[in-house]
Amino acid sequence: MILLDNLTKTFGPRTILSGVSLEVPDGQNTVIIGASGAGKSVTLKLIVGLIEPDGGRVLVDDEVVHDLARDELAALRGRIGYVFQFAALFDSLTVAENIRLGLVKRGYDAGVIRERIEESLAVVDLSGTEDKLPAELSGGMRKRVGIARAIALKPRYILYDEPTTGLDPITATVMDRLIIRTRDLGVTGLVVTHDMRSAFSVGDRVAMLYQGAIRQVGTVDEIQASDDPVVRQFIEGRPGPELVEPVARRSVG
Amino acid sequence: MNHSVASRAPTREGFVAHVGRRSLEAGRALADIGTWLPLLMGQMVRLGVDSVPIALFIAVFTGIVLSLLSSYIFTGTVPLYFVGALVGKTIMMELGPVLTGMALAGRVGASIAAELGTMKVTEQVDALETLAYDRYAYLVVPRVLAATLMFPVVTAFAVAVGVASGWITAINLLDLSSTEFLKGLKQFYQFKDLWFGLVKSASFGGAVALMGCLRGLSAQGGAEGVGQATTRAVVLGCEAILVLDAFWALVLL
Repeated sequence: MILLDNLTKTFGPRTILSGVSLEVPDGQNTVIIGASGAGKSVTLKLIVGLIEPDGGRVLVDDEVVHDLARDELAALRGRIGYVFQFAALFDSLTVAENIRLGLVKRGYDAGVIRERIEESLAVVDLSGTEDKLPAELSGGMRKRVGIARAIALKPRYILYDEPTTGLDPITATVMDRLIIRTRDLGVTGLVVTHDMRSAFSVGDRVAMLYQGAIRQVGTVDEIQASDDPVVRQFIEGRPGPELVEPVARRSVG
Repeated sequence: MNHSVASRAPTREGFVAHVGRRSLEAGRALADIGTWLPLLMGQMVRLGVDSVPIALFIAVFTGIVLSLLSSYIFTGTVPLYFVGALVGKTIMMELGPVLTGMALAGRVGASIAAELGTMKVTEQVDALETLAYDRYAYLVVPRVLAATLMFPVVTAFAVAVGVASGWITAINLLDLSSTEFLKGLKQFYQFKDLWFGLVKSASFGGAVALMGCLRGLSAQGGAEGVGQATTRAVVLGCEAILVLDAFWALVLL
């Protein structure tokens, strides 16, 4: 289980997170929604230890991420897949080499690596693209390779950073199905998005991040029926003073 | 945009501390041999072998000019066979290593900073970390080692070609025979002349690659940030060469 405990994070004068607490139960997809700049991606990076919190703790499987030694952190990252917003594929490597990289680090032999590459590409319906470079792929295909790279490692958790941003509706639906299929394979998912259609489609639980803290968390039905005006405004996509540039208004110093 | 990128750029003092901290991390990454060793040969080809043409181009013209210049200075005052001595000593001990280093600071330093900077701003470096790789072991160590090992090799070729071009110039354009040129070259030659230049160039290679890596990994703010990181890497690489040049002269001469 992933547990966020009163996380705070500032970048210079900007307060991004000011006390985020959230439980990500095993075997479910938890979705964090919130406006652009609300700190959703920062939250994911805190979970894998790419950045350190100013306060609070992140616990993954009862381990405090930021107390881990370098080797322990590497081992923890072996249990967490990360799908980046723009895929973050290594552009000098082919699709197969991108997937292979993480498998090599874990010491699998060549046969297992080949199998895993084939399996993971089959899951994302990209068999046959092994020798292509990322530049030869569409944005949606790159994101699917990003998922293949993550699932090839058979992680316990996958963190998805804006998985449907910039995709056409059909490709976005394909991505949503992949995220659900991955959960059905037993992987716990944490998705951050501001795409409400996607959030309600893939999420078992939805949490809204607003002004540096979790405003409301609940099942999809509970969030859709929320009477919180901020939550309602966001999920209905109504512009208004409450949601306009919340980060700028929270700036200090 | 301009302001935001500039305001995040570290100060020179901050950069010195940054270099120290990152150098320590790179040192620790040296122990991760399984990660950097397979990448070393590719970097040696890329940073070393591919740099030979530009180094030789510079060496040819340096040899020509040095031969003509020394003839101009010595005519009527010093026996002309000293042209061989001056060309040999100067190219082996100073111009070969420094001019090759400067040229490679542009080529290698800029190439490394641009590549790593692009990886940084497109989250490829973060992706590497989430795959449980140490960014210093994967990106920095093979480049710094490759440059440290290959700069002396490229410099050795440049020295040979520079002396040869000075020799050919002397026997074709000056009133000097091959025997006289070689007499001057041999009369003042010491083995130290050669290894002094090669030791210097090894340190230049390490410094240029380290600056390129550190500036690249510090890049922020998209294309503009990568451009700034690249420019700084080249400037710092050239500055490091001049400082190291003086250092070795003080220590070894």
